[in-house]
Amino acid sequence: MSPLSRLLRRPEAVAGAIILALLFAMALFASLLFPGDPQAIAGPALLPPFQDWSLPLGTDRLGRDVLAEVFHGARTSLAVGLAAAAASLLIGAVVGTLAGFAGGLVDEVLMRTTDAFQTVPSFLLALAFVSIVGPSLGIVVAAIALGAWTGPARVARAEVLSIRERDYVAGARVIGMHPLAIAFREVLPNALPPVLALSSVIVAAAILTEAALSFLGLGDPNRVTWGGMIAEGRTVLRTAPFLSIVPGIALVLTVLGVYLAGEGVVETTAVRRSLS
Amino acid sequence: MSLLAVRDLTKRYRRGGKTIAAVDGVSFAIEPGETLALAGPSGSGKSTIARLVLRLIEPDAGSVQFEGDDFLALSGTALRSKRARLQMVFQDPLSAFNPRATVARALDDPLRIHAIASSAERPARIAALLERVGLAADLAPRAIHEISGGQRQRVAIARAIATNPSLIVLDEAVSALDVSVRGQILELLLDLQARERIAYLFISHDLGVVRAIAHRLVLLDTGRIAESGDARAVIDAPQSAIGKALVAAAPRLNRIRP
Amino acid sequence: MSALAEIRDLSVRYISDGGEVSALKRISLDVVAGERLAIIGESGSGKSTLALAIAGLLPGSATIEGRIGWQFQASRSFPPPSVLPDISPTRGEIGSVAAGSPSARSAIGEAGNDSLISPLVGEMSGRTEGGAVERRLSGASPIPGRDIGFVFQDPSASLDPVMTVDKQIAEVARTHLGLDWPQAYARAKHLLGRVRLPDPQAAMHAFPHQLSGGQKQRVAIAAAIAAGPKLLIADEATSALDTIVQAEIVSLIRQLVAEDGMTLLFISHDIALAAELAERLAVFRHGGLVEIGATEQIVTAPRQPYTRALLDAHLGLDAAPLLRQAPA
Repeated sequence: MSPLSRLLRRPEAVAGAIILALLFAMALFASLLFPGDPQAIAGPALLPPFQDWSLPLGTDRLGRDVLAEVFHGARTSLAVGLAAAAASLLIGAVVGTLAGFAGGLVDEVLMRTTDAFQTVPSFLLALAFVSIVGPSLGIVVAAIALGAWTGPARVARAEVLSIRERDYVAGARVIGMHPLAIAFREVLPNALPPVLALSSVIVAAAILTEAALSFLGLGDPNRVTWGGMIAEGRTVLRTAPFLSIVPGIALVLTVLGVYLAGEGVVETTAVRRSLS
Repeated sequence: MSLLAVRDLTKRYRRGGKTIAAVDGVSFAIEPGETLALAGPSGSGKSTIARLVLRLIEPDAGSVQFEGDDFLALSGTALRSKRARLQMVFQDPLSAFNPRATVARALDDPLRIHAIASSAERPARIAALLERVGLAADLAPRAIHEISGGQRQRVAIARAIATNPSLIVLDEAVSALDVSVRGQILELLLDLQARERIAYLFISHDLGVVRAIAHRLVLLDTGRIAESGDARAVIDAPQSAIGKALVAAAPRLNRIRP
Repeated sequence: MSALAEIRDLSVRYISDGGEVSALKRISLDVVAGERLAIIGESGSGKSTLALAIAGLLPGSATIEGRIGWQFQASRSFPPPSVLPDISPTRGEIGSVAAGSPSARSAIGEAGNDSLISPLVGEMSGRTEGGAVERRLSGASPIPGRDIGFVFQDPSASLDPVMTVDKQIAEVARTHLGLDWPQAYARAKHLLGRVRLPDPQAAMHAFPHQLSGGQKQRVAIAAAIAAGPKLLIADEATSALDTIVQAEIVSLIRQLVAEDGMTLLFISHDIALAAELAERLAVFRHGGLVEIGATEQIVTAPRQPYTRALLDAHLGLDAAPLLRQAPA
């Protein structure tokens, strides 16, 4: 049985995959379906949803198309979530591998640094970083990764500590392989599966952090973000609650979809590992 | 001059506040083309000696001379290039390879690291290595976990001989194999030794196998040498207490066979 | 000599990634009550699958066909046999015959001794429907741990690392014999003495990691016999140990089996070791039974070439050395 068909036998994983597929489609086709600037004025201000079918989800305080904003917001959320998760997994895997494989002083320095980052709440870290360096998409990604790499680093180190005692690592030393080649060619690839298992949680958390930063006005001002939409809608929450509810639902579904699909992948690969 | 000369090798471990000598002042030598067996019960220090000789762990005292060099003084690039001459085969051929490795990659590594062949020549070298250990060349693209245990141990031997070593440490190298496969692997080892004068440091708990393949035997007990000498002479008439106990405990069919 | 277990046409298949793997192919053999039977085979011979099948410990993903008929001469109060009607339309003739046999055997047993002996015939058969295993019990099957003691190869994996050894043994006694904790601990102490741990007093409160491999295997044996099983299965129980400890464990097993009148099923890859312990040898290869017979017959006059090859491959201390000449 192929991994894909095993994945498709889990209903929660299928639900997650469908949500994710929709989300990717929204992000991909955003400029096709809604060409032009999503932040341009498209109609009367504060048009409620389902009134005008050219503006199905209505307009916001400034008369911008909410549906176009939701589509373009999906781009930002996905881009930031995936980029931040990839960056933190990469940093974490490298730091964890070096610490676990080198041991001694290198391990001590790297792990105490990890401790230092872990003791500061990651959201405060991101907040401080963005408010000092200034908001832009790249900075937001870096700020989120700054607080998220410690988990992967710890998992990678623990895995490397067990792998470096295996015979094949001793075997690589016996044939004269360079220590760095052993760390990154022999050890790291085999330490990755449990680290990658963290990715769904990290992507979901990164999307939420990005939304929170945007909500506080620290997102990239040139991009539509769901967090920013909720923040805008907050001022008219009593008269036009849909302005906060629509991006809120998008956010909830996205995080849920990422999490379910990610867990499904982890579960199926875990089954395969235990079988082999 | 001996190929390998080990003098007063000592390795201590600290366990629960107490210091235990896993290897305690062990000395022995191996001549070119010779098989020296290290045997003893578990905890006698035989595997620790193997790892010390290979410098997978560092000794607390003693010296290791290999091909005339002070092997313990080497480090960095010098140590890594000297490793070509001193190879190892592990007990469990499955855990001795990277789980992601193919046969070709397992054999490509030593050839690449020691610049034995250019990348264009390596496929032909790999095929030749497989042939030398009695395997078909078309095994190369297979994953290590797909082939049988006996084939895996042959690949491990091919990897060990890829760099033209003068000494191979065989750490319980046939203990995990089925008896029918074990005989073939022992034959292969003897054949390689006869053709290429490779010396073996043969570590085993099984005196039957030792008696079948080794020239000389060092019997260990709790980190010290209990007795040593011609392998068959020691096993046929052991003098030490541990030698007598090991011989008495070995299962034998002739107690039943008339 | 009566059969403790009658194995008939037992086939076991595992579903693995690529498809079905046949681990046992239509095996029929009797385990005679009170005997020491060794199952010999190389890797992939199905010897461990047979041990697990007899103990009822096969994973749920395994497909089991055929049957194992049990005849326990119960020494304790077992529940009375309840023979369920066989309503399965897919059961073959063998199953139907088997379903009829318990009552017949019960009658014989009751005629022999009314009150003391309550013969039990258990039967286990399974078949698959869409990958799921249906295991039906008619009569009473043996309970693993109570009626069958099992000693695994690796005691570090079979003992609980965070539980003291006396508690692990006491737990078995408490679960299967209905003892209270003080009685169970007393039994654990007694058993640790019987398996001849060097210092039973100190070992009682030890955790498994504080013991050597041989000591751990002694504890595992004590736990396996704690409920007084009729059948002791040792699956490669000495393979991870060195030669000296292996000989000690084999002599311990021999003694315990003799003292308690247990039946022994000794699974091993080592024909010489098995021959020293067992009265009968069964040689397995590729999931099939090659031959079975008295140890002396198998060792001195094997009927099958494979058995002869196994015997010849044994490198004893008297075998001709492979090494031909001294180094030049």
